[in-house]
Amino acid sequence: MSKETSLHGVHKGLGALFTDFAGWSMPVRYASELAEHKAVREAAGLFDLSHMAEIHITGKQAADVLDYALVGNLTGVKPGRARYTMICNPEGGVLDDLVVYRLADEHYLVVANAGNAKVVADALAERVAGFDAVVDDRSETTALIAVQGPKAVEILGAVTDADLDALKYYASVPASVKGHDVLLARTGYTGEDGFELFVDADEAPALWRLLLEAGEPHGLVPAGLACRDTLRLEAGMPLYGNELTVDQSPFEAGLGRVVKFEKPGDFVGRAALEERSKQDVPRVRVGLKGAGRRAPRHGYELLVDGTGIGEVTSGALSPTLGYPIAMAYVDRAYAEPGTELSVDIRGRIEPVEVVALPFYSRA
Amino acid sequence: MSIPENLKYTKEHEWLSVEDGVATVGITAFAAESLGDIVFVQLPDAGSTITAGEVFGEVESTKSVSELYAPVSGEVVEVNGTTSDTPEVINSDPYTEGWLLKVRLTGDVPDLLDAAAYAAHTQEN
Repeated sequence: MSKETSLHGVHKGLGALFTDFAGWSMPVRYASELAEHKAVREAAGLFDLSHMAEIHITGKQAADVLDYALVGNLTGVKPGRARYTMICNPEGGVLDDLVVYRLADEHYLVVANAGNAKVVADALAERVAGFDAVVDDRSETTALIAVQGPKAVEILGAVTDADLDALKYYASVPASVKGHDVLLARTGYTGEDGFELFVDADEAPALWRLLLEAGEPHGLVPAGLACRDTLRLEAGMPLYGNELTVDQSPFEAGLGRVVKFEKPGDFVGRAALEERSKQDVPRVRVGLKGAGRRAPRHGYELLVDGTGIGEVTSGALSPTLGYPIAMAYVDRAYAEPGTELSVDIRGRIEPVEVVALPFYSRA
Repeated sequence: MSIPENLKYTKEHEWLSVEDGVATVGITAFAAESLGDIVFVQLPDAGSTITAGEVFGEVESTKSVSELYAPVSGEVVEVNGTTSDTPEVINSDPYTEGWLLKVRLTGDVPDLLDAAAYAAHTQEN
């Protein structure tokens, strides 16, 4: 039996089609996923992301715990700001990619992918041992609603007391949204400007309704996981399970910049990562552009002269660009933009070209 | 979900209408709705033959790919070109504008479901 978010009844009322995602029954789309995708690019979309994990770290050594448990420099994050980072195992393999919000000097919020919620919560609970800090997994009682798109500022601005001009990208602030206490963060996973609102699960349905009502005149629509995936793909953002796995280090995923060797002290995976960072990675994450309308998809093989040189990790016909796009890992020799490759699309060999990521950047 | 009374159906969610030995074939509203927004359709060329029970093409939505199984055997006499230029017509109008093929039948029409039986079939799935 899949878990349901506190917004499940609201989604049902909106006619959502549900899918099982990481043990949760989540809206995959409400009507047309292409229309939802377009709305986020041109106006705004409203997402339920309550399946994601919210783990709070508090105490005198909250910063020290995270510097030890994660690969980033979390001490260096100012209160009110956020950071994209990763948690690795002792071998340097990626357990999850995370957004960590520093809420106060001694209070951080770690947001993990639903599929890795338990792995991350367990790792943090284990790694806190010996530190003067407390790990508190509040995933069950926390809902997360995102408003994403160019109209998000206008929509939020009408219903919150927060100063949105002062709220920078990757920053957060406690705010009131028509009487609902939320943590309002300027973060997202769509390639658009937008906000993520953390709120008590009990209050989520009322908050959702008021955001929908405030946003509809601006073109906001409820948006499901199908368009979330095509939006993040166009923005070149990795998805754990596709572009990121435990078999890869951040370096092998082309995201070595998140690993901060210069921070003082040991951290889980440091020795292994120092070793892995020195080696030439065998395969490189690249973007691919296809011809026609047939999309390379997860698991499809990439070929040069009939020999396998890589594999697609995510792909779709880009709703915004109108041509097939994909992310893939290819042998280093074939990673330069402009390189012509072939992809085996269910037995048909189609040409693709290596292109720079992201495919789409907002104006 | 609309299931017109005048058509016949397969368990693979295709519909047929047979007239003068030529079957018009499409996919049902139920199939189109389950796939999501259809963005690509691969169909055989006119003049080729298809064999009942075998794959004759595929439909892709943003999120998935599904194979199309031939409900009958015969020669493809016409392909709906509209579906390659504007595949979304299959979502918006699966039973009329969104038809896929016209096939001149060779051999018998296999047992097909009527609207009531197909409706029951979609309830089970």
